[in-house]
Amino acid sequence: MLRPETEADLVDAIAAAKDPLAIQGGGTRGVSCQGTPLTTERLTGVSLHEPGALTLVAAAGTPVAEVEQLLAEENQRLAFEPPDLRALLGSEGTPTLGGVFATNGAGPRRIQCGAARDFLLGVRFVDGTGTAVSNGGRVMKNVTGYDLVKLMAGAHGTLGVLSEVSLKVLPQAEATSTVVVSTGDLGAGLQAMSTALGAPYDVSGAAFNPAAGEAYIRLEGFQSSVAYRAEKLSTLLAGHGAVELRTDSANLWKGIRDVQPLVGADGDLWRISVKPGDAVRLIPALGAAQCLLDWGGGLVWAVVPKGTDVRARMAVPGHATLMRGRGFARFHPEPAPLAALSAGLRAQFDPRQILNPGLMG
Amino acid sequence: MEMPSPSKMVLADKAKLTEALLQVLPEDAVISDLAETRAYECDALTAYRCPPMLAVLPRSTQEVSEVLRICNAAGVPVVPRGAGTSLAGGALPTADCVLLGVARMTEVLETDYDNRIIRVQTGRTNLSVSGAVEDRDFFYAPDPSSQLACAIAGNIAMNSGGAHCLKYGVTTNNLMGVTMVMMDGTVVEIGGAHLDAGGLDLLGVICGSEGQLGVVTEATLRILRKPEGARPVLIAFDSNEVAGACVSDIIKAGVLPVAIEFMDRPCIEACEAFAKAGYPMCEALLIVEVEGSDAEIGHQLSLIGDIARRHDPIELREASDAEEAARIWLGRKSAFGAMGQINDYMCLDGTIPVSTLPQVLRGIDALSQQFGLKVANVFHAGDGNMHPLILFDANKPGDLELCEEMGAEILKLCVEVGGCLTGEHGVGVEKRDLMTHQYSPSDLEAQLKVKDVFDPKWLLNPAKVFPLAVTETRRAAGRV
Repeated sequence: MLRPETEADLVDAIAAAKDPLAIQGGGTRGVSCQGTPLTTERLTGVSLHEPGALTLVAAAGTPVAEVEQLLAEENQRLAFEPPDLRALLGSEGTPTLGGVFATNGAGPRRIQCGAARDFLLGVRFVDGTGTAVSNGGRVMKNVTGYDLVKLMAGAHGTLGVLSEVSLKVLPQAEATSTVVVSTGDLGAGLQAMSTALGAPYDVSGAAFNPAAGEAYIRLEGFQSSVAYRAEKLSTLLAGHGAVELRTDSANLWKGIRDVQPLVGADGDLWRISVKPGDAVRLIPALGAAQCLLDWGGGLVWAVVPKGTDVRARMAVPGHATLMRGRGFARFHPEPAPLAALSAGLRAQFDPRQILNPGLMG
Repeated sequence: MEMPSPSKMVLADKAKLTEALLQVLPEDAVISDLAETRAYECDALTAYRCPPMLAVLPRSTQEVSEVLRICNAAGVPVVPRGAGTSLAGGALPTADCVLLGVARMTEVLETDYDNRIIRVQTGRTNLSVSGAVEDRDFFYAPDPSSQLACAIAGNIAMNSGGAHCLKYGVTTNNLMGVTMVMMDGTVVEIGGAHLDAGGLDLLGVICGSEGQLGVVTEATLRILRKPEGARPVLIAFDSNEVAGACVSDIIKAGVLPVAIEFMDRPCIEACEAFAKAGYPMCEALLIVEVEGSDAEIGHQLSLIGDIARRHDPIELREASDAEEAARIWLGRKSAFGAMGQINDYMCLDGTIPVSTLPQVLRGIDALSQQFGLKVANVFHAGDGNMHPLILFDANKPGDLELCEEMGAEILKLCVEVGGCLTGEHGVGVEKRDLMTHQYSPSDLEAQLKVKDVFDPKWLLNPAKVFPLAVTETRRAAGRV
């Protein structure tokens, strides 16, 4: 196990590697590769937090919890709600910032304000040749040169190992309220979410739990504003099912973020990204599946009987990632021209094919 | 501005290339006459001009694909052009290039309110994307000041921002998918109506790549429902420092306005003379805009008012109706026109950490004295994106060069305090040679490797973004 403590250590470790390296942050996201484990868990520490500029810079191995704690002291947060998938995936360890960005994690607020990629302002990373590279910076708007920051977000360590990230943070909301629409019908649930997201009320979460027969619409902001919008939405959504208001819904949304309703479900676990309205065709096609819908229906978490070829059953555009299970590649195969571009990028950044080789194609 | 010397072989084969392009494009889509190609000799950075060898105006992805396939095979450089509003020279041609304009590709291909997306051909202007969904009270969020004229193609190439991106993000946060033609003519579909990439985030690196990785012909964009209302407040201060501190306090307090705009005295004076918006004469003006229902707006403005009053403003003017709101924005929106009226100017675009604002403004002032050129500052204060306008006289020999030299010093200062060269305009040719101040050789090399993958012959918009010396070997290898 390689545990670099500085970026210089990381450079040395990668430059000296003769065999494949299995890159890890906290090892909590179910990504496992063949090779000598290399963890960023000792690259820690917040080097800058400017609350008035909404920015934070930290080493990649810094625990998410430590950052969230620091931000909370200033009434701020990681607005994209990085999921904690330990219970779902049965993993142990400590989620790290680097792991969150390398996997481009995002919770329910994705539909309002973006995923991890949208909050990543700058990166430092070490590529497969052992070269340290910086891209982006610590300012909110930056179009200086190519945006390798986005490319590194979600690259799962295959183009380089993150050593430092700088990110945008946002203020916490004063109040939260959730409009719950009860309906056993998937179509009605999706329609309720679509109506809410198409209304001028700045919805910050729209999820549907088929098992409970409930659609959840979250509002956040100042107390009076949330109360006003909740009332408006309740009226607007009344036609889609019985409507009720929940003000103490923090745990509900944490549960959706962490896919709690599917914890312990037996079978393969897939994370499927589609056009929200297509979920109505997707879910019946999956067969005997237990599902949780987030992002207005655009993100479908599904537990299916082991060995089910979810990709063959999809029949709608989008992509499916195998989060837990065997027999299929983790990532959705890309059309040939895109696969060629991705392979070309990997060949440039990791010419020896030692960084999580094979993970993304 | 140094540009690569044109390839004699390419120029010699102009007739043959024209013939080949006429096989795949209608006659009116191929422009070879110098009198007509001159229309494409520059973009909004008018100091630099060079007519292209040929210009083509395709109408479809298929036609773009044919053009690129032919140019790639013949080793001819291609410079893509949206609406030609780049302030950075992003669409400046080379003498041996085919300029590929998407101006005729303006169709709306799909509008889907249930899924909140619109798919358009990329020659469509930014404002007309919002226009297409306005009757249902939806809009497309990124709003560069040139939005009446600028095309989505250019917005994607430069990852354009705008005044309201503090809340809604810039182009990359609102772009969901593209149809892109690679230099060899291959058409690729990236992303779509679903969120996030299934593999590497190729869309993320294409957005902002200044037309160097491919020609984006169609785009899927996120559209949003308009808020119930929006209203600005104008706050006047007698010092830049205090105005900067007020911005920081507003952000820290948890109010997230959709826009926080900042103007300094020279800018206020020019705008006032031009637009007569009734601005108070002071050292620094903030325009802060919030959104929501009437009551929500009232609540947020009262919080902002409380914060501002702690900084002893000279004046705090809330818009009570639409007309007053329009008057508050009037001066700011006419800032560039106002400056243009009194002088030639160069508009910079560096971004800085918000906390360094007073320090940078002092630095700019010192440079202004040193170079003897006046500077007016207008910028998006919430996100630190500055737009210093350096005033010069284009008819005075040496003044443009002096202005460029001073601009470079200001941008270096932005980088020194932890910021960057460009926040939303792009590098183009304008800031190309400053890239080595922000990035080390290995940082730049990592970016060049990306272009190697997408455009191995380095034929797409080849003389932009990176210093010519840095790309020389690669460009030479791809040349015929």
